[in-house]
Amino acid sequence: MATAPLVRAPAARATAAAPLRLTSWRRPALRALSIGLFLLAWHVATLWGLDLYVRFQNIPSPGEVLAEAIELFSNRSFYVHIVASLERIWLGFAIATVLGVGLGLAIGWFAVAEDTLFPPIELFRPIPAVAWVPISIMLWPTERSSIVFITTLGAFFPIVLNTIHGVEGIDRQLVRAATSLGARRAAIFREVVLPGALPSIVTGLSVGMGVSWICLISAEMISGQFGVGYFTWVAYGIVKYPQIVVGMLTIGVLGMLSSLAVRLIGARFMPWLPRREKDGA
Amino acid sequence: MVTAAPAGRIEITDLGVVFGRDGRRVEAIRRFTLLTTPGEFVALLGPSGCGKTTVLNAVAGFVPPTVGRVVLDGEPVTEPGADRGMVFQQHSLFPWKTVLGNVEFGLKMRGIGPAARSTQARSYLSLVGLAGFERAYPGELSGGMQQRVGIARVLVNRPRVMLMDEPFGALDAQTRLAMQELLLGVWREVKTTVLFVTHDVDEAIFLADRVAVMTARPGQIRDLIPVKLARPRPAEIIATPEFMALKARVLAQVREESGRAWIEPRP
Ligand SMILES: Nc1ncnc2c1ncn2[C@@H]1O[C@H](COP(=O)(O)OP(=O)(O)OP(=O)(O)O)[C@@H](O)[C@H]1O
Ligand SMILES: [Mg+2]
Repeated sequence: MATAPLVRAPAARATAAAPLRLTSWRRPALRALSIGLFLLAWHVATLWGLDLYVRFQNIPSPGEVLAEAIELFSNRSFYVHIVASLERIWLGFAIATVLGVGLGLAIGWFAVAEDTLFPPIELFRPIPAVAWVPISIMLWPTERSSIVFITTLGAFFPIVLNTIHGVEGIDRQLVRAATSLGARRAAIFREVVLPGALPSIVTGLSVGMGVSWICLISAEMISGQFGVGYFTWVAYGIVKYPQIVVGMLTIGVLGMLSSLAVRLIGARFMPWLPRREKDGA
Repeated sequence: MVTAAPAGRIEITDLGVVFGRDGRRVEAIRRFTLLTTPGEFVALLGPSGCGKTTVLNAVAGFVPPTVGRVVLDGEPVTEPGADRGMVFQQHSLFPWKTVLGNVEFGLKMRGIGPAARSTQARSYLSLVGLAGFERAYPGELSGGMQQRVGIARVLVNRPRVMLMDEPFGALDAQTRLAMQELLLGVWREVKTTVLFVTHDVDEAIFLADRVAVMTARPGQIRDLIPVKLARPRPAEIIATPEFMALKARVLAQVREESGRAWIEPRP
């Protein structure tokens, strides 16, 4: 009797595909349930003020956070922080994109540029952008410019490295094909190198966007007068704990939306790439 | 739109190509000599690694001769150019360009305007049986269709020479046969000189005016065998006694050279 399941195993595997048909409703339901359970655990932990080495006495409950969020989002002053952060991200990311893609293309394409520009980049790359905060405050005249500098720095390295990688990964056969179809150097750059490096550039931009948010928030917490990072840190100082969580969630949502925007815009420029579908597992 | 290409007389004289330096020298080809008449179809056969691709690369201008020379219609080859188009074994279409964009590429490089480009490219696409696929991306096509785009992309430039490096080597047997017939049909229209590298003896004899059998590396021409089979050649021709006799002769030479390629120690 004990061996029976073994014998039947292949048949069981054959029917394993069946749950695929149920996924249409099962997977969203499972996800909603997971979030519900998390909120419930959070609620209970704060309600009872659990002390399990990690202490929940001072942590705001989901209800308090929701009330605080409603309060904050119906108030102008919170938007000032959001706008300040978004403006810094936008500026820093734009500068990093121009510099990173420009230098990356040059370094990947011209050996001279690689020898002259790449060594300093390699030298500074291991230093986390946040470690630049004190120097940045001294270097730049305004708080805004110094925070934008940190944000730029954070996004710059992933962008430049992925761009170089993209150019160097260009299939030599495609370059040969282009030359034997009459392309000269400038045309090869425009028609082969740029589009060929684009997927890697977009990856760099997407990673860079994530890093620039980390740098922005850290810089704002350390040295700001405005911004969501500043707001979140100050809320701790003035004992408005629900505001901390609202600040955190705002940062998360803004960061996610910016990365999504980068990926969507990137995909628009690369219509030849197949839409990637995630498999069920 | 599809008109005859100009001449296409290739003169390869005493060509030698050596890769690498002192310690790790690889002599790919040595004293390779081959003359083609304009519009001729020559197949290059030889053991793996004997230098077939190197010969094509030298004619294309990708690889400079170490000694000897490559002359096309009286002018020495010094760099790649659109008069010598190359069809690679696979994966050589620009993935980011549509089928039409790929075929238009050479015309764009010559500064031809979008409207004229599109008209000409479309006529070559229908020549290879791909009308209707203009907007598709290469990644959406089968291997055989991709190779047809590759052929159209070269022919739209009206090259004097079309270089083909095992263009059907990655295709399944059925598709390969269909592609061979298609290529002969297309070639009858454009009459450009073709240098066609292959491992497949049937393919070489079925397609070519002459079959050049190369020796093991360093490759040189061992024998040039004229294929005097009437054209157009039906697919059934491979079962005729004439074809079989030729095949036996070519195969014997290829076998011998392949054996040599395996047995002889490489310097
Ligand atoms: N860029 C290169 N650098 C060094 N050696 C090379 C280079 N290209 C080719 N070779 C060598 O030259 C010889 C001939 O190469 P080639 O590619 O021309 O052979 P082939 O006849 O096309 O082989 P296959 O049938 O496998 O395609 C080989 O030994 C190869 O390793
Ligand atoms: Mg080869």
